[in-house]
Amino acid sequence: MKKEDYEQLVNKTVQPPAYFMNMAKAFLVGGLICVFGEGLMNMYTSWLGFSREEAGDPMVATLIFISALLTGFGLYDRLAQFAGAGTSVPVTGFSNSLTSAAMEHKSEGFVLGVATNMFKLAGSVIVFGVVAAYILGVLRYVLVEMIPWG
Amino acid sequence: MNRVNTWTFQNDIYVQATGTVVGPLESQGPIGDAFDESLDDLHDNKKSWEEAERTMMEKAIAHCLRKDETSMKEVNVFLTGDLINQNVIGSYTARDLNVPTLGIFGACSTSVEGISIGAALVDGGFVSNALTAVSSHNATAERQYRYPTEYGSQKPSSATFTVTGSGALFLSRQKSDLRIESSTIGRVVDFDRSDPWDLGSAMAPAAADTIKTHLEDKGRSPEYYDLIVTGDLSSVGTPLVRELLKEDGIDITENHRDCGLWIYSKDQPVFSGGSGCACSAVVTYGHIFEQMMSGVYERVLLVATGALMNPLMIQQKESIPSVAHAVAFERVKHE
Repeated sequence: MKKEDYEQLVNKTVQPPAYFMNMAKAFLVGGLICVFGEGLMNMYTSWLGFSREEAGDPMVATLIFISALLTGFGLYDRLAQFAGAGTSVPVTGFSNSLTSAAMEHKSEGFVLGVATNMFKLAGSVIVFGVVAAYILGVLRYVLVEMIPWG
Repeated sequence: MNRVNTWTFQNDIYVQATGTVVGPLESQGPIGDAFDESLDDLHDNKKSWEEAERTMMEKAIAHCLRKDETSMKEVNVFLTGDLINQNVIGSYTARDLNVPTLGIFGACSTSVEGISIGAALVDGGFVSNALTAVSSHNATAERQYRYPTEYGSQKPSSATFTVTGSGALFLSRQKSDLRIESSTIGRVVDFDRSDPWDLGSAMAPAAADTIKTHLEDKGRSPEYYDLIVTGDLSSVGTPLVRELLKEDGIDITENHRDCGLWIYSKDQPVFSGGSGCACSAVVTYGHIFEQMMSGVYERVLLVATGALMNPLMIQQKESIPSVAHAVAFERVKHE
């Protein structure tokens, strides 16, 4: 059998991913995580006296903490198998990538194991985050500050 | 000179004993009772998963030699392979054995590679016996090939689940009920599959190629064997290998099974089935040999399949070459 024919045979045999179902699950779980975050924001503003702007940081920190805890208990990856992008896109996914890498490499020690490998997965997020912020910053400067609009 | 793909052993080579150790999920599977020992959890109270895997191999070897009442001093050569970088599970196990050792790698086809080389060495008279052991561990393989074990990525249904286990086999020319008749050494084939989450479709062409070559070399039809068993093609590769062989006029559907589908039940969370060096080893040494002894099968062709890639090659956008090696077992009744 030729390679091209084989590809057709594989495509006939292998089920394509359930895109719609996966998107629905991701929307549901990702949305629920955001709703939970909003709930935390409201809690921090009405009970602890934070302003809406100030409440953002403790809300994110709480989500990161819960996600790290669930990762440690071995539960986050199971939720992620169900939710897909719903658990990897929110900040909880970032936390999971750090915690899981740190746990995985504990056997190689704290410096060369945990510290070196902690950003193995999350490093790309930081790199592209910084690059994107830089480009947008330059664009903003050019468009807003340098061009005499009116 | 013609190329030789199939080695027919001139002297009678026999399987003397086997030892199998598996993880918790495997022991809860449909053939869980067939194994000598199982771990309660993947860590097995060890400092690292690698150490847990090594302990499994040590135990599998101990079970194997205990059954044959052979001491390690009598072993002539040790052939070992696993999935971890530089074959460290086998090599670190071997440092305590004090036996001439050859490290071998054929990814998940290593079990048959070990049996074939061992049988050939005994057949050629270089050694009087050979011990072969392979292992794989779900958590060490995840780290080696994929993401950290607790990382939340959604795996597609075509993914396989690495079998936690180790299988050891001891062979020599001393008569037993289980003869190793011949081996077919596979070619490395590549059908341009590059999805590491679908190794079944990458390995199926290798399995088909080796099965076809074996049957042609030996002048046999698939019905000659009571069972043709592939290593870890899973629910993706299983229909593909049958279809590929059908194209060549060989129908194995009736007597073909896959170890990756045999070791787990359908309700276990293993995606498309089991994989790993241990998959073919523990299913064959634990369950199939038991079935051969009780007369269910007389002749079995074991075709272990291996995807010969590593994450670096995948990231460099290379496709996945695969290999399959076959070994024919026969039950013999002595007068």
